Amino acid sequence: MAYQKIENVRISGISACVPKTIVSNINSPVFLSAEDASKFISSTGIKERRIASSDICSSDLCYDAAEKLIGDLGWDRKEIDCLVFITQTPDYIVPATSCILQDRLGLSSECYSFDVTLGCSGWVYGVSIIGSLLSTGYFKKGLLLVGETTTKTKSPTDKSTFPLFGDAGTATCMEHSPKAPPMYFHTGTDGSKHQVIYIPDGAFRNPTTLQSLNSEEVEPGVTRNRLQYIMDGGAVFVFSITKPPQSIKILMENAAIANEEIDYYFLHQANKIMVEKICNKLKVPVEKAPTSYELFGNTSMSSIPLTMITSKRRELVNSRLNLIICGFGGGLSWATGNIITDRIVCPELIEI
Amino acid sequence: MMEKFIDHFREALDASEGKEIRLEDRFRDYDEWDSLRYLSVIAMIDSEYDVIIETSEFKKIETVGGLIEEIGKRIKT
Repeated sequence: MAYQKIENVRISGISACVPKTIVSNINSPVFLSAEDASKFISSTGIKERRIASSDICSSDLCYDAAEKLIGDLGWDRKEIDCLVFITQTPDYIVPATSCILQDRLGLSSECYSFDVTLGCSGWVYGVSIIGSLLSTGYFKKGLLLVGETTTKTKSPTDKSTFPLFGDAGTATCMEHSPKAPPMYFHTGTDGSKHQVIYIPDGAFRNPTTLQSLNSEEVEPGVTRNRLQYIMDGGAVFVFSITKPPQSIKILMENAAIANEEIDYYFLHQANKIMVEKICNKLKVPVEKAPTSYELFGNTSMSSIPLTMITSKRRELVNSRLNLIICGFGGGLSWATGNIITDRIVCPELIEI
Repeated sequence: MMEKFIDHFREALDASEGKEIRLEDRFRDYDEWDSLRYLSVIAMIDSEYDVIIETSEFKKIETVGGLIEEIGKRIKT
């Protein structure tokens, strides 16, 4: 079973950065009518989103988040032993963006750096990856950069994807700490459904051709080309109300944690329907699952740390919190963690 | 179950209380039907009957009666 206990590691700080540009859904031309737009907003809860301009990459959002966090922590950046960058929108196909970030952030040339391609499960996976790397104590400090300019992959004429998503980047600093309470993780994968969230062309299975750029109207209000993101909303919904609650239950049973011990459930912010449905299944009051989808949309793998910063920053800074974190999405891939944060450093949301 | 289901179904569609729903209706032809109503019907069937109908299975169902039949089958097994 994909169940792990990781010891001797603490989260020292979390920061998040979003583009300044706000796009509101109520006036969005993607909807066929104003009534369409207001129905969408009342069901999904997504009022507005942040959109990166063409000169802002995921790595830029993460870079600013990292600079601020490293500064606030007062870390000597030469002491950062490992860097993991998780995105689906890298700077280039080759090389790994983590190498570029190692240089931009002035990290040591001995820093163990690599990229991971995962979607909405990315941040929880990342905490488990850095956690594993730091657990033995050979590496003392690690930097997890997680972010995506997800709106750049969506067709602006696809109402099934475009109005749901927003851009964001985050940084999480972690360190080896023998006194830290253990972290627990449960993870799952179902690659048989990889086409449920999918960009067909542009890599090496289906390289870009002239046909890749042909826009097709799949249904009224849904027009896109083969280099743009396709989401089978129904299949994703069924997955999201099944696997994440199951995974959270498995984790809590294995780690022997009761609902009452958990201060907050930070769930991936797919939208209002999914967050509320998962809470119902877990019999958790919605107040225990803070949200950020209203003003930021679905920010993919950034959504959990972004929600932490925008909804519970003061508590994260001032108190000890017992948290469930759960990310789920493309792959299909899902990951749940139980982490205890103890007065961590959290700069206010950064906007660029 | 039938009458109750029709009430839940009407609610999930966000249709007016007076809307007549018959077993032989092809629900995809309703004015109200769209991708969001679809999600809300799946969610309703899950919360009321503890049954999750996968997209590939849902596509095969055409009528309101067909939905009731599918739920019935799954509750038994």
